[in-house]
Amino acid sequence: MASIKIINEKCVGCRLCIGACPFGAMEMSNDRKAVILDNCTLCGACVSACKFEAIDFQKEEVSNSVDISLYEGIWIFAEQKHGEPESIAYELLGVGRTLADDRNTTLTAVLIGNRLDDACKKLIMQGADRVMVVEDESLDHYNDESYTDIFVQLIRENNPEVILMGATTYGRSLAPRIASRINTGLTADCTKLEIDPEDGKLLQTRPAFGGNLMATIICPNHRPQMATVRHKVMKELEPDDKRTGEIIRPEVTIPKDLKIKVKDVVSTICEMVPLTEADIIVSGGRGMGDPKNFALINELAEILGGAVGASRATVDAGWIEYSHQVGQTGQTVGPQVYFACGISGAIQHLAGMSSSDTIIAINKNPDAPIFKVATFGIVGDVMEMLPLLIKEFKAVLG
Amino acid sequence: MNVIVCVKQVPGTNEVKMNKETNTIIREGIEAIINPFDTYAVEEGVRIKEQTSGKATVISMGIPSVVDLLKETIAVGIDDAVLLSDRAFAGADSLATSYALSMGIKHIGEYDLIICGKQAMDGDTAQVGPGLAEKLNIPHTTYVRKIEEIREGYIRCQRMTEDGYEVIEMLLPAVITVVKEINEPRLPSLKGMMRSKKAQITVWTTDDIGADKSLCGLKGSPTQVVKTFVPIHDVKSEMMEGTPEEQASKLAKKLLSMQFAICQEEES
Repeated sequence: MASIKIINEKCVGCRLCIGACPFGAMEMSNDRKAVILDNCTLCGACVSACKFEAIDFQKEEVSNSVDISLYEGIWIFAEQKHGEPESIAYELLGVGRTLADDRNTTLTAVLIGNRLDDACKKLIMQGADRVMVVEDESLDHYNDESYTDIFVQLIRENNPEVILMGATTYGRSLAPRIASRINTGLTADCTKLEIDPEDGKLLQTRPAFGGNLMATIICPNHRPQMATVRHKVMKELEPDDKRTGEIIRPEVTIPKDLKIKVKDVVSTICEMVPLTEADIIVSGGRGMGDPKNFALINELAEILGGAVGASRATVDAGWIEYSHQVGQTGQTVGPQVYFACGISGAIQHLAGMSSSDTIIAINKNPDAPIFKVATFGIVGDVMEMLPLLIKEFKAVLG
Repeated sequence: MNVIVCVKQVPGTNEVKMNKETNTIIREGIEAIINPFDTYAVEEGVRIKEQTSGKATVISMGIPSVVDLLKETIAVGIDDAVLLSDRAFAGADSLATSYALSMGIKHIGEYDLIICGKQAMDGDTAQVGPGLAEKLNIPHTTYVRKIEEIREGYIRCQRMTEDGYEVIEMLLPAVITVVKEINEPRLPSLKGMMRSKKAQITVWTTDDIGADKSLCGLKGSPTQVVKTFVPIHDVKSEMMEGTPEEQASKLAKKLLSMQFAICQEEES
C-alpha cells in the first residue's frame, strides 16, 4: 500500500500543507503539528508544498504494468456527422501534430462512420499522417457499443502510445468506456497537452474544482495514455492540400446484435449555432428582469451571428431551456467573445465560461464578481445598454 | 424493478474561496454534500422504484462520515444504502472507482438499472458511469434527460447532445447518467426523515466485496497527479466610461477593431 505520514520532528507547524491540500484533508493538532485526515486521497500535493521535507510519501511501485516500449504513435478520434468531420477533430489534429513531432512519431486519425472519402482527405489536409477508416452502413451515426468495440479492436491490433478524443458528448462517453475495457488511464477535459522532454510521457493538464485549481496528470505505467480534450481550446492547423497521408482500411469485425439502438436523432437548435460551437455567445441572467426581455439577448446574438446562453438562475426560473445554461451544471464554453448581460458571475457560472477569449460584462452592481474576469465592463442597466449596443452593431453589420 | 444509484460526496462548492496571500483554495470548514447531479439520479431511482414497485439502493465509496449523507437519500425514498469504505480505496482515479463500485454492485445482487449523475462537481470527469458499465459488461447511455419508457429488460430514453437529443433504446440491465433536466428532486418527507434517523447503513471493505486490492485506490489507478497549481487569471479589466450611449459606442468600436469573428461574419 502507498502511505503518507507526517514526520513530527521536521514539521514546524507552518500550515503550508493545509493550504496546498485540495481535499481539505490536513489539520493542525493542538501541539502545532500537521495531521492527515481520513479523506486524504494520496494525491501528494502537500509533499511538494512542504518546505521542510516533513511529509513522507511512499508511492506504490506498480507491478502489473505493461511493456510501454511496445506502444507507438499518436491517435486522435475524428468525430464526424453525416460524413463531415466535426471541428473538434481538427482541433485534436492541431495539438496531435505538435505532440507527434515532439515525440518523433506519426499522427493517426481514427475515423468511424459511413461514406468517408471526403472526410479522409480533409483530415490529411489538416495534419494527419494516416487516416484509419472503418466504414459500414450501421456506423453512420455514433453508437456507444459498436464504436467502442471497433476502437478497441484497432487499439489491440496497433498499440498506439497516445489516444486523444474530444471532451464532447460522444468523446466523454466513448473514452471512459474504452479505457475501462483495456484498463488504462484517462484524463478528462484537458486544456494543455505536452510531451515530457525527459521521458516522452504525456503531460496532461486539466482544470479541477470548477477551474480554481489546475492539475497535471500522467499515466506512467499503462498504455495507451488517453485524454479527452476540451472543445475550443486547441488550435486547428491551416488546411494544406499539398499535405500527403496514407488511408488505411483495417480489417475489423463490425458488431451485430447490439444492446444499444439509436432510434431517433432530434436537433432542437435550428435557428442558431450550438452553444459549444459558437464563436460568440450572448448570455442573459437574472438582471434581465423578465423572460420577455430575453428577446434583446436573442436579437444581439442574431446580429453578431452568435448563440444564446443563460445563467442557472434564469433556467431554474423557467425563463429559458436548460440546453442554454452555461456553467458548472450546464455547458462549458470557450468562445472568442462572451457577453454576460445581467449575470453577477457566481463561481459556478465562471467555471463554465472563464476560458473565453474576450469577456464583456454588463451589470448594475459595480462589485459583481463577473467584472473580475471581464475584459470590458459596463456598469449600468442591461435593459438600457442592450438596445444601444444592438443599434451600434446594426449600424456596422447591417 | 431494482435500481441502484451511485452517489459521491463532494465539498459544497458555494464556499470555494481563495486565500489571496498563499493563492490556494481555502477548504477548511467546508461542509460535505451529495454531488448535486447525483440528487437527480436519486430522485429518478426513487420514481422508477415507486412506479414499478421495486427497490432502490444507493451505493457510494468514501470516508466513514459519508454514512450521514447516505441517510439523507433514505429520507427522500431510497430503501437501502451501502458505503464502500476502506483505506485501500483511497486515492482512486476513475478506473479504480469504476472497479470498486462494480464489485460493490455485484455484491448487492440483482439489479435492472444503475443511475449515476452526469459528473461530480469536484472532479468533473464524467468517467465513472461509462467505466462502471464496462466493468459490469452492460450497456450505458450518458446525459439522459428523460426516460420515455422502462419495463422488464428494456429502456427507451433521451440523451442530450450538443444540438438536441437522441432517442436511445437499451436492453436492461444498463447504466444511465442523468442531467438535471430529468426531474426536480423532492424534499424529504416527515416519514422519510423518521426512517432515515433509524436507518442502518451497510459499510463494506474490500474484503467484504471480494475486491482485488491491487485494482483499488491509488494502487489500481493508472493516472497520477504530478502537480497542482492555481491558474493565474491575469485579466486587465477595462471599464467603459461616459453616458450609456458613449459606453455602447466605445464598446462596439473596441470589439469591431479586434478583428475576430464579428468582422469575419460580415465578410462571409
